[in-house]
Amino acid sequence: MSTAEADPDDIPLFAASRKVYPQSVSGPYRRAKWLILFLCLGIYYLLPFLRWDRGPHLPNQAVLADLANNRFYFFFIEIWPQEVYYFTGLLIMAAFALFLMNAVAGRVWCGYLCPQTVWTDLFLAVERFFEGDRRERMRRDEAPWTIDKLWRKSAKHAVWLVIAWWTGGAWVLYFADAPTLVRELATFTAPISAYVWIAILTFTTYSLAGIMREQVCKFMCPWPRIQAALTDDEALNVTYRYDRGEPRVSVKQAQKLKAQGAPAGDCIDCHQCVAVCPVGIDIREGAQLDCIQCGLCIDACDTVMTKIDRPKRLIAYDTEINVKRRMAGKPPVYRPLRTRTLIYAALILVVGGAMIWQLATRRTADISVLHERAPLFVTLSDGSIRNAYAVRLLNKRPEVRPFALTVDGLPGIRIDAVGVAPTADLRPVVAVDPDSSREVRVLVTVPAGVPLEASQPITITASDLFAGETVHATDHFMARGGKP
Amino acid sequence: MDQHHDVPKIHAAHIDAVTGQATTGHEWDGIRELNTPLPRWWLGIFYATIIWSFGYWIVYPAWPLLTDATRGVFGYATRSDITVQMNELKAQRAALAAGMADATPAQIKADPTLFQIAMAQGKAAFGDNCAACHGVGGAGGKGYPNLNDDDWLWGGSLDAIMQTLRHGVRVAGHDETRVSQMPAFGRDGMLKRDEINAVANHVRELAGLSTEPKANLALGRKLFADNCAACHGPAAKGNQEMGAPNLTDAISLYGMDVASLTETITNSRGGVMPAWGGRLDETTLKALTVYVHSLGGGQ
Repeated sequence: MSTAEADPDDIPLFAASRKVYPQSVSGPYRRAKWLILFLCLGIYYLLPFLRWDRGPHLPNQAVLADLANNRFYFFFIEIWPQEVYYFTGLLIMAAFALFLMNAVAGRVWCGYLCPQTVWTDLFLAVERFFEGDRRERMRRDEAPWTIDKLWRKSAKHAVWLVIAWWTGGAWVLYFADAPTLVRELATFTAPISAYVWIAILTFTTYSLAGIMREQVCKFMCPWPRIQAALTDDEALNVTYRYDRGEPRVSVKQAQKLKAQGAPAGDCIDCHQCVAVCPVGIDIREGAQLDCIQCGLCIDACDTVMTKIDRPKRLIAYDTEINVKRRMAGKPPVYRPLRTRTLIYAALILVVGGAMIWQLATRRTADISVLHERAPLFVTLSDGSIRNAYAVRLLNKRPEVRPFALTVDGLPGIRIDAVGVAPTADLRPVVAVDPDSSREVRVLVTVPAGVPLEASQPITITASDLFAGETVHATDHFMARGGKP
Repeated sequence: MDQHHDVPKIHAAHIDAVTGQATTGHEWDGIRELNTPLPRWWLGIFYATIIWSFGYWIVYPAWPLLTDATRGVFGYATRSDITVQMNELKAQRAALAAGMADATPAQIKADPTLFQIAMAQGKAAFGDNCAACHGVGGAGGKGYPNLNDDDWLWGGSLDAIMQTLRHGVRVAGHDETRVSQMPAFGRDGMLKRDEINAVANHVRELAGLSTEPKANLALGRKLFADNCAACHGPAAKGNQEMGAPNLTDAISLYGMDVASLTETITNSRGGVMPAWGGRLDETTLKALTVYVHSLGGGQ
């Protein structure tokens, strides 16, 4: 520990962020990033306009969060509020997918798929278009303001704002019929909440992707912290192969050293890997929290290696274990199938399988029963005991369905529904409107003389008179137990 | 960190060797706390929130004074806000209640939309006005009828319920109020103590309940026919016209044990319910009628 001394009062209250000027680069990883960017943004911006015929009365938008009517539509799936556990399942799967990605190839999510990365990449491309590449941008930022600088900066911000606005605009299209909403937005007749959300998302996109950029990953995002605890020596991380790179010497000096039989690394310390890095780190310092594993330094280094006629992949997706093995003269090993990855994959399959099974066996009707508590039971004039329940019937089909109610569990037990006429066989028939639910008050009566405990289970069944689908719920029948 | 030390400092900060960062000078078991400066944007937001709070002080009521509080430049108050919202709600409900005003309880019952409104409104009105005596769910208690069962003193049809609601029970000054007066046979000296006991046991006999071993059931039978049958009927089945309860069913308002029956015969009973006509508007009365009728005992 150093014992250098400084006055604590001299420490500045804040640390100004160091602006990062990433240099453009080309190579396979850059191409992969462009491809993913166009794919992701294409889906995001165009998906709301995809139609899906669900028949009359229901919206024909393929992906729609219909908050007003409490429905979520995803292609052939229609989710009701009480089925929100599907989202829990999706979140669990997403978390495990992230863990799996991390165990196999580090933070590939951050480098290629994260919205922050994707939009930052797009915003950087716009910046490069107007202000030029790294050196030109740095020079211009230091130079005094000129007309040229002013229009370039203004144009950049204008295009950023348009992209940000379109991003927010696409977001609201997922919550209402997209073509209708676009027309309403254009004629200023859309709901005020639509404009507010577009404004909020325009602001966040502009400030996060345009202004904050890598600082979001460094300061705001929790994933780097979690990821640091999840990664291991066998994960394929963007790695500087120091076994091959060190010691760093220039090309000329390397020739000299090699002639003398002295060690000379492949790294010529050209700093290209640092120049292209969107978070402004030096990968040669080893695996670090700020690295988003985008692989652009690999492209940059490969370009240099090709120029000076040395083998590529001085920086590569590699494991820490293999660098050490190579130094020890052992062959590298890659084990993507490890206990960790297999467990993650198995958990994804289990959760996904459970969700698919649930979806496949999903009922189009549902019943829920709530026992009324005040009073728990009523004695009628003939001595029979009656309990009341609130029965809610759900009809997820696009047509009206009549449900006949029956009850089982005790001798002579009878069911009536308030305000509902029974059929000839005394079963009350409740008609439920298409794609909606209906609550009825149900009275269940047990005749006098039936021995009753304080509480006994009963089953209320609703059968669709036409389709034959039956659903049932169990509840309790209460009575003053123990007394004759 | 390039620090100039022209003047020797008393508080000399410790510099962490690994990060080159100054520490706060705190140390716990050899672990020191780095004094890392905050990111500028973070500090900026912190200051912005402080400035924002000044805006709040000016715009909204903020500072408590001795008897009042500062008003804020817009004169915003939650009370006026809620008044506006309540008026909006009333206007909204008025449209729904329009249908209720013209319909009879029977028509409301038959119309699914009106029925739903009546149930919601009736439940709320019941909680506000009736639950104190009849219980939240209308379960009642000793002396307060259970509205869920099928036994009615004055009838359980929609019209009968509406009349009871509107005019109450034993309300002075209401011509149409429900009135019945059972004589206080004991207090007024019409029956003696052992005669009352005989009648009480006979009533239990009528209801199919056990009687006391030494009870004079023959005397009770005779006394019942002479004194009670006029209102309760020869078979004690009651009479809703006169508000005379059926004594043979399984439900009793005041209890069927000998002690309760003795008390009833000796001093008579006479529950009172307020007349709600005039206190509640017509629509609410109708909604309450439909709600009470649907509790389970409606006829």
